[in-house]
Amino acid sequence: MRVSALPRFWAFIVPVVSVIVALLIASVIIIMIGKSPVEAYTILLKGAFGSSSAIANTVVKTTPLILTGLAVGFGFRAGVLNIGAEGQMVMGALMATLVAINLGSVPPFIAITITLLVGMLAGAGWAAIAGYLKAKTGAHEVVTTIMLNWIATYLSSYMVQVPLAVGSGTPKSPEIAPNAKLPVLMTVGAINMNTGIIISIIAAILLYIILEKTTMGYEVKAAGFNPYAAEYGGISISKNITISMAISGALAGLAGVIELTGVHYRFLGTLSGGKGFDGISIALIGQNHPIGIIFAALLMGALRTGSNEMQFAGIPKHIVMIIQGIVIFLVAADRIIRTSMVIMDKKEKTAQETKKFVKRAAILSVVTVVAMLLSRENLWSGLGKFGYYIGKVFWVIELVSLLSLMIVVVLYIISAVISLGMAYSKRKKVKS
Amino acid sequence: MNYEDYAVVMKGIVKRFPSVLANDNVDLFVKKGEIHAVVGENGAGKTTLMNQLYGLLKPDKGEIYISGKKVDIKGPKDAIANGIGMVHQHFMLVDNLTVAENVVLGSETAKSGFLFDLNEAKKTVKEISEKYGLLVDVDAKIEDIPVGMQQRVEILKTLYRGAEILIFDEPTAVLTPQETEELFEVMRRLKKAGKTMIFISHKLNEVMEISDNITVMRLGRVTANLKTSETNEVEIARAMVGREVVLRVEKPPHKPKEVIFEIEDLWVKDNRGLDAVKGVSLKVRAGEIVGIAGVAGNGQTELVEAITGLRKVEKGRVTFLGQDVTGYDPRKLRDMRVAHIPEDRLKHGLIVQYPAYYNLILGQQWWFPYSSRGFLNHKVIFETANKLFEEYDIRPRNIYMFGSNYSGGNQQKIIVAREINAKPKFMVVAQPTRGLDVGAIEFIHKTLIKMRGQDVAILLISMELEEIFSLSDRILVMYEGEIMGEVRPEETTVEEVGLMMAGKKLEEVRA
Repeated sequence: MRVSALPRFWAFIVPVVSVIVALLIASVIIIMIGKSPVEAYTILLKGAFGSSSAIANTVVKTTPLILTGLAVGFGFRAGVLNIGAEGQMVMGALMATLVAINLGSVPPFIAITITLLVGMLAGAGWAAIAGYLKAKTGAHEVVTTIMLNWIATYLSSYMVQVPLAVGSGTPKSPEIAPNAKLPVLMTVGAINMNTGIIISIIAAILLYIILEKTTMGYEVKAAGFNPYAAEYGGISISKNITISMAISGALAGLAGVIELTGVHYRFLGTLSGGKGFDGISIALIGQNHPIGIIFAALLMGALRTGSNEMQFAGIPKHIVMIIQGIVIFLVAADRIIRTSMVIMDKKEKTAQETKKFVKRAAILSVVTVVAMLLSRENLWSGLGKFGYYIGKVFWVIELVSLLSLMIVVVLYIISAVISLGMAYSKRKKVKS
Repeated sequence: MNYEDYAVVMKGIVKRFPSVLANDNVDLFVKKGEIHAVVGENGAGKTTLMNQLYGLLKPDKGEIYISGKKVDIKGPKDAIANGIGMVHQHFMLVDNLTVAENVVLGSETAKSGFLFDLNEAKKTVKEISEKYGLLVDVDAKIEDIPVGMQQRVEILKTLYRGAEILIFDEPTAVLTPQETEELFEVMRRLKKAGKTMIFISHKLNEVMEISDNITVMRLGRVTANLKTSETNEVEIARAMVGREVVLRVEKPPHKPKEVIFEIEDLWVKDNRGLDAVKGVSLKVRAGEIVGIAGVAGNGQTELVEAITGLRKVEKGRVTFLGQDVTGYDPRKLRDMRVAHIPEDRLKHGLIVQYPAYYNLILGQQWWFPYSSRGFLNHKVIFETANKLFEEYDIRPRNIYMFGSNYSGGNQQKIIVAREINAKPKFMVVAQPTRGLDVGAIEFIHKTLIKMRGQDVAILLISMELEEIFSLSDRILVMYEGEIMGEVRPEETTVEEVGLMMAGKKLEEVRA
């Protein structure tokens, strides 16, 4: 069953290859600013997973990203482009705050349940507005959700500056009732790792079951793939749009409540902080697959936590942004990778080309690594000024070989695309 | 050979598309100063031929001569340089520019080198329009003027670029009868001024009225070259629909039972909001195949969609099993055992991103045992798929492939298998064999006859007259959203049906 197995395999391979390529490209930039990529990535890794507090920090950062990623990813599967996870997250947190500050006398389990439900409902309702408008009037959800984002943003900033405002400094709401706070799994230093991560992983698994095992999942995906055929198959498109939007919004709302009840304990204007928008890239990297999204969110969370550590070591944290950007670019343009993969097991001519490519790439990689090691200044410090120049020479060699490595990769991809195109058109001719 | 008397000669044109031979060794001779009609059914290759003359497509083989000179037309620019202009079926106009601006767009005259000279443009356009009697308001915006006038702007565009040969691609399709008359008036005036015109149409009365000579095409080939004054509509219709020997399936006599499905005075609009089905009434009995014949685009698609719940019924009544089902959605109709083999299998019939086993339950996914308590029962779904693959000989015998990976014939078999597996009482079958090979056609025809034997009521919509003739117990002919008449296949001829397809009522034909 190779044919049906291939796409799944690709869905996994594309993001992984993208990350590797992104790390490679970013290392060129790191070298150009005079730092060592090996060192930078080591620090990044340590910063994200090197200590219990690092891990806790990464997990806390990952939790809302999983949920917003699921929100957007589920929408994509259902054929709705929910760009409004940000606003839904804000509305979820805001409404949950209004309820949770008044739950002082309710037992914890009930208080938490109520708060989570209110947040999810608020997110769902906010998204359902866009869903309903699309179903009834055809208004495109990208436009309406973006507008709803702004409404949510300004509404929440009014709420924390006027009716809910407490204290001075950053506008903020009062703290929520202690009973409504999520239980803490582990406290490391100043970081409370809350149970939100468990909730979000459960959400991902539930979503997987809904999409793959239920009739509703069948209908949602059918409507996403081909609305005409879905309608023909007895699936009401307008109903599906509204429901899909609502589920998507509920997940984003949940992300908001977990930030509220697990991290900040009060509503802040910066609570969402673009995490709703991050959901778009995470869904993309995770290939809209619930389990893939967990890993994509973990990648983003880890990059962000680790980047702080990098900053302390004098390497700009914006490198991480570059890595993120490249990963997203490559995943979105997944044809590039898919095509070169297909080429790898195609025909002799391309096989030869591939062999040549592998040889060149290997040589260049070895040269790069060796030069990288030899360019370290302390290695030649015994030779004084002369040693300094030797170090610089190796630095130049390292840079040049890395650049040529990239050129070789790009050229190979281009030739692969061309030969695949030719093979394709040939096949077409034979067919007719 | 000397082609100097001919404005256009296309010789031995071959154009192949991936799935179809659109033009198979086509010859077209158009004399100078005549109106030459190219007629044929949809898909006969008329537009493909004209697109090659206008440089939008490149012929695989063949030669083109303009006024006796061999030319190589690489694109519309070359065509225009050779004096060829095309009035497209779908207007190529910018809605919020004025008439004058649209006419000169792309070849504007410039004042002092680079400024657009609007007054000069207006003057030129006015001159041309007066010369040929093409009445337009040069200052009006395109969005504000009626369709007929927009078409005149299209004609002006070609004249402005110095066209001597004008191609009209189904120009009357979008016009009212009055506007059509006005267009013909313009065409006569252009003819008087010495222009040559190629007129593409499948409306025989118009062809008879306006043309001098006729080239008839069918399935990519020229089937007749006729002189309008020496022919008649029957002859054209015969050449259009062809008289090839058809493989007819064995159709045992079968007595139809009670009326299962009925529509009365049904009105349906198309996507543009125009009436596409105008007061159609018909009945289908159990164990009977009712065929609807007609040239594509005469309301059949809208009729099917309205019956199956995919399109709004504007007026009229749909009755199924004695129950008023007007406006029911597809889910309700499917629960009542209405099945539908759609015209466009990739748009409606299949979700190509789903594997075959999922496609085999589309439209039944909420039925037990495929679904119970909201969960899909994959074991049953796989079993059903394997069973249907065996039963209908769907190849390759692999239910896990995506819908897109099966050949057209096997995709159609998947749809047919699924719809019949739903145990329908009434089936709407549209274009069931479009693009299929002989083997698959025979299989599907036999299957439909078998269903008829099991007292299923079947409404068959097809552009293929042979199919309609060999399968139907009764034939209804549809033209411009109306039923032209009802005939029995054993009591009629292809010519008679062909005439009704061209817009003649049965009474007129038999009168």
